[in-house]
Amino acid sequence: MRTMGVENIIEMLHITKEFPGIIANDDITLQLRKGEIHALLGENGAGKSTLMSVLFGLYQPEAGEIRKNGQVVRINDPNDATALGIGMVHQHFQLIDVFTVLDNIILGAETTKLGFLQKKEARKKVEALSKKYGLEVDLDAKVEDITVGMQQRVEILKMLYRDNEILIFDEPTAVLTPQEIEELMATMKEFAREGKSILFISHKLNEIMEVADRVTVLRKGKYVGTVDTKDTNKQALSNMMVGRPVQLEVVKDEARPGEMVLKVEHLSVPSHSHKRDAVRDVSFEARAGEILCIAGIDGNGQTELIYGLTGLDKCSAGTVTLCGRDISHASIRHRGENMSHIPEDRHKHGLVLDFTLEQNLVLQRYREPQFQHFGFIRDDQVRGYAQRLIEQYDVRSGQGPVTTARSMSGGNQQKAIIAREVDRDKALIVAVQPTRGLDVGAIEYIHKQLVAERDKGKAVLLVSLELDEVMSLSDRILVMYEGEIVGELDPKTTTVQELGLYMAGAKRMAKEGKGA
Amino acid sequence: MKQKLTHLWGRDGTKSVLASLISIVIGMAVGGLIVVLVGLFNPSMGLSAVWEGVRLVFGGLFSTGRSAAGQLTFGFNPTNMGTMLFRATPLILTGLSVAVAYKTGLFNIGAPGQYLMGTAATLILALSIPTETVPAVLVWVIAFVGGSLAGALWGCIPGLVKAFLNINEVLACIMTNWIAANLVTWLFDSGSLFENLQNHVENTKTAYIYKTSFNGVATSKMGLDVIFPNSQVNGGILIAIVIAVFMYILMNKTTLGYELKACGANRHAARYAGISDKRNIVLSMAIAGALSGAAAALYYLSGNTEFFWNTYQSLPAIGFNGIPVALLAVCNPIGVIFTGCFMSMLDVVGQQLTNLTAYNEYITDVIIAIIVYLSAFSLVIKMAISGGFRKRRRTAPAEVSAAPPDSGEVPDAGETAAEEGGEQA
Repeated sequence: MRTMGVENIIEMLHITKEFPGIIANDDITLQLRKGEIHALLGENGAGKSTLMSVLFGLYQPEAGEIRKNGQVVRINDPNDATALGIGMVHQHFQLIDVFTVLDNIILGAETTKLGFLQKKEARKKVEALSKKYGLEVDLDAKVEDITVGMQQRVEILKMLYRDNEILIFDEPTAVLTPQEIEELMATMKEFAREGKSILFISHKLNEIMEVADRVTVLRKGKYVGTVDTKDTNKQALSNMMVGRPVQLEVVKDEARPGEMVLKVEHLSVPSHSHKRDAVRDVSFEARAGEILCIAGIDGNGQTELIYGLTGLDKCSAGTVTLCGRDISHASIRHRGENMSHIPEDRHKHGLVLDFTLEQNLVLQRYREPQFQHFGFIRDDQVRGYAQRLIEQYDVRSGQGPVTTARSMSGGNQQKAIIAREVDRDKALIVAVQPTRGLDVGAIEYIHKQLVAERDKGKAVLLVSLELDEVMSLSDRILVMYEGEIVGELDPKTTTVQELGLYMAGAKRMAKEGKGA
Repeated sequence: MKQKLTHLWGRDGTKSVLASLISIVIGMAVGGLIVVLVGLFNPSMGLSAVWEGVRLVFGGLFSTGRSAAGQLTFGFNPTNMGTMLFRATPLILTGLSVAVAYKTGLFNIGAPGQYLMGTAATLILALSIPTETVPAVLVWVIAFVGGSLAGALWGCIPGLVKAFLNINEVLACIMTNWIAANLVTWLFDSGSLFENLQNHVENTKTAYIYKTSFNGVATSKMGLDVIFPNSQVNGGILIAIVIAVFMYILMNKTTLGYELKACGANRHAARYAGISDKRNIVLSMAIAGALSGAAAALYYLSGNTEFFWNTYQSLPAIGFNGIPVALLAVCNPIGVIFTGCFMSMLDVVGQQLTNLTAYNEYITDVIIAIIVYLSAFSLVIKMAISGGFRKRRRTAPAEVSAAPPDSGEVPDAGETAAEEGGEQA
C-alpha cells in the first residue's frame, strides 16, 4: 500500500441499480483507498459503466449508499460529484470540437470578473498543471485538429483544473497507441504518488497488472471479489471475470499457406484529409491458409488500404486481383463474391443498428434465392438462418432474431458480424480490428474463429493495432508506416520491440527487398 | 394474459400509436378550448352556442343538422362520411409519399411540388386526349399514370441532387416546390401552351381549368355513391387504400423495401453490403414523388374538382398536410389510411361549424396546426410514456426497456450516461 493506514476515500456500499427487467448492479461494494489505483474489471455489460455512472451522479441507485471519508453523501448529478472532487474521463470524450483546448478545459469552471472571462489566470493554472505532469497540449489548438491522445490529455487536465482528487478513467486506453498508453500509465502512477485516488475501468489485463494496486471484479452485474494485483495473475483475473477458465494465448498449428488468393500491386488510395495519398504504392499477396496481419499505429493508412481493397473507396492507382480476377474497379457487391469483410467500425459499416438481428444477418445475402422469391423476402428462411447463426456462433441477445441490433452489447454485435461474415464462406476474410473494445471471453472466441477459418483454407487479412494480437494471431506481419509497407516480419522470429521500431518508422526494409 | 398485455405494452408500436392518439386528443382539446374562448369573447354568442361549437368540434362528422326545435342533431351522416373519404384520398397518398421517404431516411417536403406537377400532367392528359377516339377509361388510366410519373420525375430531382452532390433534400425540395408552382402557372397561362384548357364555359370564376368531366373522364364511383349519397366520394379512396397496402407490402416484405430501408437507416452499412446507396436515394424520392403525383391525379380525375391554375404564389396544402398525416401514423403505410381520414374529418368538422353555427371554418385549421405541432412532438410524448412507468425520474436508455425480463444481457448504459453527463457538465 502506498499509504500506511487503510483509509477509504470513497466507499460504494451494496449498490443496486435496476433497469426495467435488468439488474445492472446487484449489491456491489467498492472501496477506494486514498492514493491507490483501483481497477474495475469486468466483461462488456458486467455493470462497470453503470456503477461509475452512479458514482458520477448520472443514475440514482435503488439501494445502497455512497460514503466519502466515512460520511454518507448523496450525488444527484455530476455537479454534486464535481463538488466532492470526483472527476471522470469518459470513454467517449466530452469535448467541444470547435472550441480551443483552453476553452474546453475551463468550460463550466470559468473564472469571471464582472461577467468577463479571466482567461489569463486560467491559462497560467493550466500551463502549470500541464508542465507538472508532463501533459503536453497546445492550448490554442482547436480540439478537432488534435490527436486522440492529446484530446485525452485535455480531458485529464479538465479534472486537474477542477482540483479533483478522485479520478475515474473509463476505458482510457481503448483509443491510444502503445506509446501513448505507456505515457498514460506513468501519469496515473504519478497521480497516485501525489495522493490522488484513481478508479481505472478496463478489461485489459496487461494494463491492470502493470498499473493497479487492487482490482475489483464484476460479472453480470454482481460483485465477484477484490484482490491485490501482487497476489494474483492475468489468468486468475480473467477466470474471475469470465467465470470459467479462459485461454489467453492463441493456440494454432503451423500455417500451411496454399495458393494465392489476393494480390495487390502498386496500390495507392487517396486520402480524405490530405492531398497526399493515404496509401502509397503498396504491394503484397495473401495466400490461402494463412493469417496475414497488417500492423501499424492507427492512422498510417490501414483504414484507407482496406477501403481500397473492399471498394468502399476508389483506388487512385494499382491493381487488386482476387481469386484470379482483377477487381480494381469492381463494385462492392462484385468484390463480395469472394470476399467477406469484418469492418473496422461496426456501427458505421457493420450493422444497421435500427434493423433487427435477423435483418442484419442477411445484410449481403437477402438477394440470394434462398432468402427471396420473386423479390419477396422469405421471412421464414431468414428466421431459420438467423436462428442457426445465433446458436452456432453463440450470439446473445434479449429477443433472439428480432432483437434490435442497437440494444445488443458491443461484444455480441461484433459476434453477429463475425457470424455473418464467416458464414458467407468466402475465400478471403478481411478482418479490421475484430477484437477492439471487446473483453477476453469474446476475444478468445473471435481468435478461435479466425484460426479455424484459416485452417479451413481461407486467406485472412487482419488489421490490428494491438501488438499482442499481432504477435499471437498472425502467420506473417506487414508493417505500415505513413501509407507504405515498411517491413515484413515473421512473428516467430521477431520481437515486440523490433515490431515497435518498424511501426514508429525508426526502421524499414529496403523497398524492393524480398517480395511478398 | 397479464403477460401478454405487458408484452403488448412493451412493444414499440403500441407506444407510437398511443403517442399519436395523445397528440390528437390534445389537439382536439385545445381546439375545443379555442372554440370556447372565441365564443365567450363574442357577445353575440351565448353559452349554448359555445356548447354547440364544442360538440361539433368533437362530433362534427356525425352531425345531421338541426332539428325543428333548432337543436343540433347527431347520427350517422352518409354525406359527411362520403365527403371525409373523398377528401382523405389525396391526403392518404401525400401522407404515404412523406412516410415512405421518411422510412428511407429522407424528409420529403417536396410533396406540394410533386402534387402540382402531377396535377398539371393529369389535367393535360385527361383533357387533351379526345374521348371520341380513345375510350374514356383508357384516358383515365393514361392520365393517372401520367400524373404519377410527373410526380416521380419531380421527386427524382431532389433525389439526384442528394445522391450525387450531397445537397440536403429539404433544400432541394423547397426549391423544386416553387419551381413547380411557377412552371404550372406558366403552362396554363394565357398565351401559353395549354391556354385552351382554361375554363371559359363556366365563367363565373376566373383562372380555373376545365373539370375532367368536360372531356367525359371521371373516376368510377364503384358503388360508393349508393352507400354515401349526396357526397363527392368515388372509387379513388379504394385505389388509395390499395396503394397503401401495396406500399406496406413493398416496404416490409420485399428485397426492394429492405434495400430502401437499409439505405435510410444506415447509408454506410448499406454501401458496405454492396447496396447502391445512390440508386436507392433516387428511387426512394421517385416513389415518393409518384405517390404525390397519384394524389393529384385521383383528386382531379374525380370529375367534380377544378384546378386554380394561377398557383405561383401558393403551394397546395394537401402536399404539406401529408407531413402530419405521415408523422401521426409513425410512417406506417396502413396507419396513414386512418390518419388521412382523421385529417379530412377535421375538414368536415369545419364545414359543419360554418354551416350550423356562427363559427368560422378556419377554427379547424387551428386544430390541424396544433396537431401538426404535436405530431412533431410525438417522439417526445412517446419518451414521456416510456418514462412514466419508471420509478425514477432519470430514464434509462430506451434499449434497456426493450429487453424482456428474462434477458441475460445487461446492456452497458455507460454510453448514454456519458452523453447525458456531457450535457450537464
